[in-house]
Amino acid sequence: MKTILKFGSLLGLLLTIYPPVMYFMGDVDLDRMKWAMGIGMLLWFVTAPFWINRSVNNGQ
Amino acid sequence: MSNRFFKTIVGGTNEYERTPVPAASLKGGKSFLGMYAGEHTAGTEFVIGPLFVAHGVTAGDLVLGLLIGNLLAVLSWGLITGPIAASKRLTLYYQLERIAGKNLVRWYNLVNALMFCFLAGSMIAVSATAVGIPFNLEMPTLTDWLPRTPGWILTVLVMGAVITLVAIQGYNQVSKFANIMSPWMILIFIAAAIVGLAQLGVGSFESLIATAQEVIWNGVPLAGMSKFTVWHIIFFAWFCNMAMHIGMSDLTILRYAKSWNYGFYTFVGVYLGHFVAWIASGILYAVFLQANSGSQEFAPGQIAYQTLGLAGAVCVIIAGWTTANPTIYRAGLALQGIFPKVPTWKITAIVGVITSLAACFPALVMKLLDFVALYGLLLMPMGAVIFADFYFSKKLGFRSEGALSSNSNFSLPALLSWVLTLGFCLALNYFYGIEIFFLGLPGWFVAVALFIVLSKMKYPLAKSFAV
Repeated sequence: MKTILKFGSLLGLLLTIYPPVMYFMGDVDLDRMKWAMGIGMLLWFVTAPFWINRSVNNGQ
Repeated sequence: MSNRFFKTIVGGTNEYERTPVPAASLKGGKSFLGMYAGEHTAGTEFVIGPLFVAHGVTAGDLVLGLLIGNLLAVLSWGLITGPIAASKRLTLYYQLERIAGKNLVRWYNLVNALMFCFLAGSMIAVSATAVGIPFNLEMPTLTDWLPRTPGWILTVLVMGAVITLVAIQGYNQVSKFANIMSPWMILIFIAAAIVGLAQLGVGSFESLIATAQEVIWNGVPLAGMSKFTVWHIIFFAWFCNMAMHIGMSDLTILRYAKSWNYGFYTFVGVYLGHFVAWIASGILYAVFLQANSGSQEFAPGQIAYQTLGLAGAVCVIIAGWTTANPTIYRAGLALQGIFPKVPTWKITAIVGVITSLAACFPALVMKLLDFVALYGLLLMPMGAVIFADFYFSKKLGFRSEGALSSNSNFSLPALLSWVLTLGFCLALNYFYGIEIFFLGLPGWFVAVALFIVLSKMKYPLAKSFAV
């Protein structure tokens, strides 16, 4: 489960930074970039809290 | 970063508040790297970068100024705060109490709490510029000091109430949330720079240089704004966290450091937040100005939304909220030092009300650079007092920790060093027109000198031997 969550978070971060790079290269328009970043944000929000805090607590 | 660590150092859990941190509780470098990486990418970054653009700084001055100023800030943490923290391992408040006495620390706490309220208020206002987008809220402009519409007041008060309610619940959950959001927020800033540059037509290194110099930081201040030079940038970058480094607030954090040199670890946060993020938010604002020619509107939420969509607006809300929330909580803690019998929730609620009312005034956002400089300046003399007491008491012949050693609740040398230094800075500003950004450096030397001279008179070492 943790692996899936981490994968989701990584995908969220990728969707946050890669679409702007594609937009810069002219490979995607502004609206699609904004949508992709929005999805990336949601992915990060729904996955990161469940593994980041857990790994921190385990580390105490 | 360990949440317990964060809670302990900021949340005031009565852990080692009046004793040195024992060796078993010291933290490794990773804890500090993680904390500092997130701490300096906050809601203020969405305001400071654009204000540099508005103040007409040139591209070369900005980059050079940020490189030098941030380096000086890191050196201040590393060479001034870190060694004292690792040697004494006491909180700022207790260290100050031993030198200046309980009664003076109460006044320090009051000033600190008020400054925290205004800082939190500015962050609520920043968040409101994003929350107001779906309601088509009229946004404040660069020259606004007073609220423009009842809608703005209502939005800010509702946000202030929500944030205060969360702050009453305690600090830990918000600190956890802020830590989780940190990597995403840093990427949003980088994304903002990439998208902004694309929208400004940058396609090569040459066009990047040309656009930076001619479009983004073109050296022309906006109407009603003063002109910033490289010196403004150097001193602002150096002293925007003056309360934390030479003001010694970070003694409370760095007392947990295994090594004195962990103060240098601030370079991660400083160069991410006060270099990358300020440049990125400046680019965002330049895009906004290009798209809305002649606009005086200054609304970080609107600016981020136009370029990055929903993710940009949400980032502004979260950055503002995660900065405002712990700041309200810290203000509550500072006030509780003055009113220890009043329950924490009541103090936090009162702080929340003051903060929300302050947030109604856009001046807090538009004058954020001046406010941040003032905040550091007001608290800095007490950091200089701690520095002078630590390094010069034995060498120059006066008793260390004067209030403690004389069994007093009040130290006149500390009070006079504080008040006279601020008077000196005020005089420099009033009579010689020296801007607030430049007052910290001469002020620090004056505070150190005053404390040494006054302590030699009040707490001479020979006298203590005679006793």
